[in-house]
Amino acid sequence: MGIDHWIQLVYVLSAVCFILALHWLSSVPTARRGVITGVVGMVLAVGGTLLRPEVAHYQWIAVAFVIGTVIGIPMAMMPMTAVPQRTALSHAFGALAAALVGTAEYFLRAGHQGMDRFTMGALTLEVILGFLTFTASLMATGKLQEILPQRPITYRGQNVVNLGILGAAAAIAVVLVIHPGSHSLFLLMAALALTFGVLLIVPIGGADMPTVISLLNSYAGLSAAAMGFVLNNKLLIIAGSLDGSSGLILSIIMCKAMNRSFANVLFGAFGQVSGAVAETGEKKTYRSASAEEAAGILLNASSVVVVPGYGMAAAQAQHKVRELYDALSRNGVNVRFAIHPVAGRMPGHMNVLLAEANIPYDALVDLDEANSELPQADVALVIGANDVTNPAARHDTGSPIYGMPIIDTDKARTVMVIKRSMNPGFAGVDNELYYLDRTLMLFGDAKSFVGELVKEVQAQGGQHAA
Amino acid sequence: MSLDVLVSHLYIFVLATFVGLLVIRRVSPLLHTPLMSLTNAISAIAVVGSIVVAGKEESTLSTVLGTAAVAASMINIVGGYLITYRMLVMFKKHKQVK
Repeated sequence: MGIDHWIQLVYVLSAVCFILALHWLSSVPTARRGVITGVVGMVLAVGGTLLRPEVAHYQWIAVAFVIGTVIGIPMAMMPMTAVPQRTALSHAFGALAAALVGTAEYFLRAGHQGMDRFTMGALTLEVILGFLTFTASLMATGKLQEILPQRPITYRGQNVVNLGILGAAAAIAVVLVIHPGSHSLFLLMAALALTFGVLLIVPIGGADMPTVISLLNSYAGLSAAAMGFVLNNKLLIIAGSLDGSSGLILSIIMCKAMNRSFANVLFGAFGQVSGAVAETGEKKTYRSASAEEAAGILLNASSVVVVPGYGMAAAQAQHKVRELYDALSRNGVNVRFAIHPVAGRMPGHMNVLLAEANIPYDALVDLDEANSELPQADVALVIGANDVTNPAARHDTGSPIYGMPIIDTDKARTVMVIKRSMNPGFAGVDNELYYLDRTLMLFGDAKSFVGELVKEVQAQGGQHAA
Repeated sequence: MSLDVLVSHLYIFVLATFVGLLVIRRVSPLLHTPLMSLTNAISAIAVVGSIVVAGKEESTLSTVLGTAAVAASMINIVGGYLITYRMLVMFKKHKQVK
């Protein structure tokens, strides 16, 4: 058995580690073990690769390790509110690595033996996916960081232009498979993929980011798997397809949670202010309440369901929400948090924010559980969520969000909504929840209003106890 | 890559995708953000190909591209595992919080 075989054995162990890592991530008690196992798998993979005979020079690898570590550590220390843009940025790095390796392999091997048609086919796939995911992820990062406008930007013929560019890149790929030698065609294909990535994200609005991030996660994995085909490396294929399937599952969950298809998310430009919003001019009435009144109702409740949304993250209100949770719990109120799958800007965004604020994870419930509890709940408190609470999704077939599974806040005895103003949310749809008799609007910034609620609850709660 | 090799790679790809689908479907929605950062770190397996390209130093271009690819992968390995662990430490049960 030569060194090559030992390295293959190490790669097998590494693949086992990655599968176990994802297996253990399924629940909180074993999740940390999962991460450690993933680290072991990666150390095995890197260690095995460094021992390969064709790796003859180490100085540049060492330099790259240092650079990667120096950038990687601060990226791991970002605050939890920045996790969506951080994740998008890391998808960009992953895809870039795959695309660069594909490009290097092309210039080393194209036109020589060893670059047969199958390999060339896999290589074009790797490069196209890699480069388009790279720029698309950078665009997503820019939108999430609010460097770029979050509203979708659309123009006439947008989808035709985008699909045309992707089609041209695919056509060049086919030509390259037959005649791999044309370097200028290869560069043109790479440029088209980079352009397509940018244009793909231009019409995407903030509310669609959870699906798009998941899809980019999947693409980054698939480009790594394609690299495995090019380099004849089974470990790359396995790890890449694990990542690809994970992204795929998350995107499907996100699409289902919005009752929309992939095509609709990518090409539908959801979230433009459409003309359909302009309803009949009748003024609808709503009731509002002060922090003092709201605190009294909360204290008299025995169970409260809080529905957080992106607005809570944007206002950085999660720590104040924890204080409210503590104050109400101390007064014997049972508080739970109902998390919609697409609340926030990436899958699981709300859970991480609330966990960071020290809210125990057994107080967080998913959509189905929340909806079975809400009919018995005394108060549903909506903080920075909008479309996921709109009852129109259940019955109004004309509504853009019709059919989307929602949190049935309107089934609670009293509904309270903390909101800056009566402006509609991201989907540009007015929320009929706000005009119900049982609904109280609490106007203000999420963070400061929850802060006032905490003070009122503490003051009034003391009187109750006395 | 001969046709035989391509077919055996396709087997691996399809089976690994199925394993991925089955394993990841069981992940609690609570942990979807850590899941994404962990799979992101795992997909930095591209480091394997990057190291080979950077380490064989066949041409200046390939060494430059390979080195950049190793650095990009390393960012995701270090950053991805570390932030996933940081997130998971934050998830506490009721009793531990009080």
